Formats: sequence, structure tokens, C-alpha cells
Amino acid sequence: MSKIIWRVLSAIPTLLGVLVATFLITRVLPGDPAVFFASNPSMSQEDVERVRVALGLDKSLIEQFWLYLGSLWQGDLGKSISTGQPVAVEMMNRLPASAELTIFAFVVAIAVSIPLGVMAALRPGSWIDQTCRIVATLGVSMPTFVTGLLLIYLFYYLLGIAPEPTGRLDPFMFKPPVVTGMILIDGPLAGDFETTWAAFRQILLPGLTMAIFALAPLARMTRASMLNVLSSEFIRTARANGLSRRKIVMTYAFRNAMLPVVTSLGMTFSYMLGANVLVEKVFAWPGIGAFAMDSLISLDYAPLQAFMLIMAGIFLLVNLVTDLLAGLVDPRAGLN
Amino acid sequence: MTMIDTHKLRARLSTLRYILSENTLHQVAFGLFAALMLVTIFGPALAPHDPLATNPQDALQPPSATYWFGTDQLGRDVFSRVLVATRLDMFIAFGAVGLSCIVGSLIGAVLGYFGGMLDTVSSRFVDVLMAFPLFVLAMAMVAALGNTVMNVIYATAIINLPFYIRLARAEVNVRRNMGYVEAARVGGSGHGRILLVFLLPNILSPLVIQASVNLGWAVLNAAGLSFLGMGVRPPTAEWGILVAEGARFIASGQWWIFLFPGLALMIAVFTFNLLGDALRDILDPRART
Repeated sequence: MSKIIWRVLSAIPTLLGVLVATFLITRVLPGDPAVFFASNPSMSQEDVERVRVALGLDKSLIEQFWLYLGSLWQGDLGKSISTGQPVAVEMMNRLPASAELTIFAFVVAIAVSIPLGVMAALRPGSWIDQTCRIVATLGVSMPTFVTGLLLIYLFYYLLGIAPEPTGRLDPFMFKPPVVTGMILIDGPLAGDFETTWAAFRQILLPGLTMAIFALAPLARMTRASMLNVLSSEFIRTARANGLSRRKIVMTYAFRNAMLPVVTSLGMTFSYMLGANVLVEKVFAWPGIGAFAMDSLISLDYAPLQAFMLIMAGIFLLVNLVTDLLAGLVDPRAGLN
Repeated sequence: MTMIDTHKLRARLSTLRYILSENTLHQVAFGLFAALMLVTIFGPALAPHDPLATNPQDALQPPSATYWFGTDQLGRDVFSRVLVATRLDMFIAFGAVGLSCIVGSLIGAVLGYFGGMLDTVSSRFVDVLMAFPLFVLAMAMVAALGNTVMNVIYATAIINLPFYIRLARAEVNVRRNMGYVEAARVGGSGHGRILLVFLLPNILSPLVIQASVNLGWAVLNAAGLSFLGMGVRPPTAEWGILVAEGARFIASGQWWIFLFPGLALMIAVFTFNLLGDALRDILDPRART
């Protein structure tokens, strides 16, 4: 128990570093935020000065950092210049879209890669092993945006079975009442299966794009780890004791092989969060990555800052959870 | 070149040929790599058309005998543009990886060698760097530093630093009390000499393996950034931009504009991944899976 608390506490210095880093990066970005806020040509020098004071930009860096922490504490992430809305509101509106896409892809990737890796390890050199190798190598080599465009070309333009790649739902369809914000969950909750099906068709291509990208390292990791465990002595002993193959593979080998895979899940998730930006861009997915990117182009930095903070926060959380999970899967691994 | 040098070279080459003859996949990896380097060096000379010359009457032509990969909306030859772009993409990848490999392994080696407070604090810095999705971090850095090719290189180098720091730190840490280091110390070598002459050459092979895998990531990263409109700017030919330009024509069925640069990108990354695997097998036989 104390180990768990210690692990949770050990995330704090990193969190603090993340806060400092996100704070600093917007200070280094080119341009004077006050001038952007005061972009009205009729505003005089004094007006610009007033905005600067209002934003706290006349204070020292340390003071500004405290102000930043204070407003973060109150859930204030600043204001987006391009939309005029508080960034926190914008992010909350878009986060479910990104979360839905990432989780969907993550689930698909795990559901495909782990059985694939296990089967490849059980029959090294067989056709399934070769498939695993090809999938792993291709998956790492395909740039997500190229995979995405290729899928669009094949399934939307050539075959015509995928819907137009423009966001989460056909603009003429009504969204189900918001509970989680994720249509694939809200739809069934509201009993609206037509909308759920439409949303599922929309998410299929971007989700697959991201899953292909995440599949590769997971399948490779599972295969290597499983091979490693299968050749170990306790498996040989289990075999010598005449346990059934099923029991050996599922109970003994699989559980032990999963440990390094679980720890690598965090890393994979982080890569997916990064790839999110590109996939959202390709499929016009209204998520936080696309929003941060669009704001960046119009020199609007508060969304980027919030985006980086959210991403790093999620990453720290995921890492914490995977560490705790790893401790559950294998108590020996400990939480050091 | 003297007689002895040619002899040595010949011996080296025959060793390499012997190692490669074992495994077809390794041959493919080295063959692809050689081809990639040739295109990097001779790309502009090989291009059949001027990559920047617009030719409106030939706009949006599908692949043909004249235009192998077709033409884009301005009638520019896609084949020539893909070919010429290789040099820029390789420049970015090698620049970024070279930079982060040298800087990162020096920092990591020093941290692993001396340990202590500095090590603890620096490891925290690395943790913070790793807490951001690396691609997003690169994006923010290019935005902060300014939209240039050099900044893409710096940003890519910085996001790859943690891997080299961690690797070099761990490898040096294991070796710092080994017999030969002790012997060098007794022999009167200073810390700098021990690090540069005795430790770094010994950890070179894991670093080289890491670097070759990193080259693939660096290419993906740079292309991803320019796909989003950061770093390289049109009309410069670069794979990421070429794909972005081609993306607009998918809905009207002109697949060749995005597909060929996309394939080039894929082949390059594939080559580096394969090369990384091959180098791992050759340099570090223990790690074979």
C-alpha cells in the first residue's frame, strides 16, 4: 500500500516540470499576446499597455508562473483568440471526440496484436509468424497520414463503402444527448442505434489508421515476450508435470508474458496521442489535436498550451496506471 | 592507397559479404539503404524533369511514359519531385539523429559515469521531456523557434535526446567499475580520457543500433511536421508536403499525387527499420529474437 502511495507521489516532480515547460513554451513563442488581443487598429499604445497589464504580462516571469498556476487551479486555461471562447470550454467540447478515437483504436490494436503475437510465438516460423512479422514491420513504417489517405482512397473513393471522411457524424444527423460525449456510448444509452451505426462507420477508418500504427510495437513485444517465457524453466517443468497445453499457455505463459507488454502499453498510448494530431487532420476529426493545430496556425497559443498540458497529464496518468497494473500482474515487479 | 590498406579493405569487405550471405533480409536491408543513399546523392541529376517547372497544359496527368508518376495540379513531374525530395528528407533525418546521438550519448555517458546529484536531477528533466507526446513537443518547438528546416532538425534532435541519454547512461553505468576502466584509472588516465577513449567506443554498438532505428522515426517526424504545414514550405519538394498537396486530390480520384511520395516515405522508414534489425543481429548477437 505504501508503495502505491509512494509511486503516486513520485509523479509530482514530473508534473511540476510539465507545468513549468508548458508555461515556458508559450513565453518563447513568437509574438506579443497583448498585441494579438488588442488587434483592433483603433486601439492606442495605452490600450495595448492596459491589455498587457490585464493579462499580467508586465510582471516578472516567476510572478506570471504563479498567476498561471492560480488560474489553472481554478480550471482557467485562458481564452482562445480565434474562437473567443474560454479554452477550457473548447477543450471539454472536443476532448470526447479525441478520447473516443484513441480508445477505439487502442482497443482494436490490443484485440488484434495480442492474439497475433501469442499465436506467432506458439508457432515460430509458421505462416502466422510471418504475418505477424510483416504486420509489425509495415505498421511501424507506414506514416499515419499516408495510411489514412490510402484507406480513404480505397474505401471511400474506389469502393464507396466508407462515408465521406468529414468528422464524427453526418451533419444532417442529430447527436444523441450528451452523457459521456462519446457517440458510440451515448448512442446506445439513448437507444438511438441508427446514429450509433453512423458514428461507427465514421470512426472505422480513422480508428483503423491509428490501430495499424499502434499494432506493430504491441504485436512485436507480445511475440518476443511470449517466446522468452515459453523457453523458460518453469514452463518446461509444467510440461514435464503433464499439464495440458491449454493450461500451460493460458495460465502460466500468458500471464507472465503480459508484464512487459502492459508496461509498454503506456508508451504506445503516448505515441498514439501524438499521432492523434495527424489522424484528426486527415479525417477532419473535431478533436483537441486538430483544434490546437488550427489555433497554432492562426498564432493562437492558449489552446496549444492547454493541449500539451492535457496530453502530458493523460500520459502521466496512463503511466501511473500501467505501473500499478504491472504490480498487479506480477507482484515481484514491485513499484520501484 | 597502399597495399596493406587495400588488403585490409578487402578483408573487411569479405567479412561483410560473409555476414550478409547468412540472411536474405539483411541483404535486402543493405541493398535498400545503398539505393536510398544513391538517390540522395544523385537524385537531382537523375530527375528527368525540373521539379519546380510548372507546365499547366500537362496538369493532373496520370502516370505515363513521359511522366512516370504523373503530374500535379501545376503540371510538375511527381517522379522528379519525389526523387529530388530524398536529399532534403535524408538531410533532416541524418542531421537530427547525428545531433541527438552525439549530444545525447555524451550527456548520458557523463551522467552514468559520475552519477550522484547531477544524475538524479537530469533524470527528472528527461522524465519531463518524455511526459509529452514527442510529436506534439516537436510541433510546439518548431512553432516557438520559427518555421525553418533547421528548426525541424533541432526539434527532432531534442525529442530524440532522451533515448540516447538513457541508453548511454545505462551502458556506462554497467561498465564504469569494470576491470579495464579500473586499469585505465590506475594507469593515470583522467575522467575525460576514460570516458572518450575507453567507455564510449565500447558502447558504440547499442548507440549505432538505436541511431538506425531513430533515422526512421526522424523521417516520419519531419514528414509529419511538414504535412501539417510546419518546417519545409512549398514549393520545395519534400515527401510530407507532397503528400499534403496530393491529399486534396483524392476526392477527385487523382491518387498518384499523394501515393508516390507516401510510398517513398514508407520505403525509407522501412529501410531504416530493417537496417536497425540487421545491425542488431550483426553487432549484438545476444539480442536476437
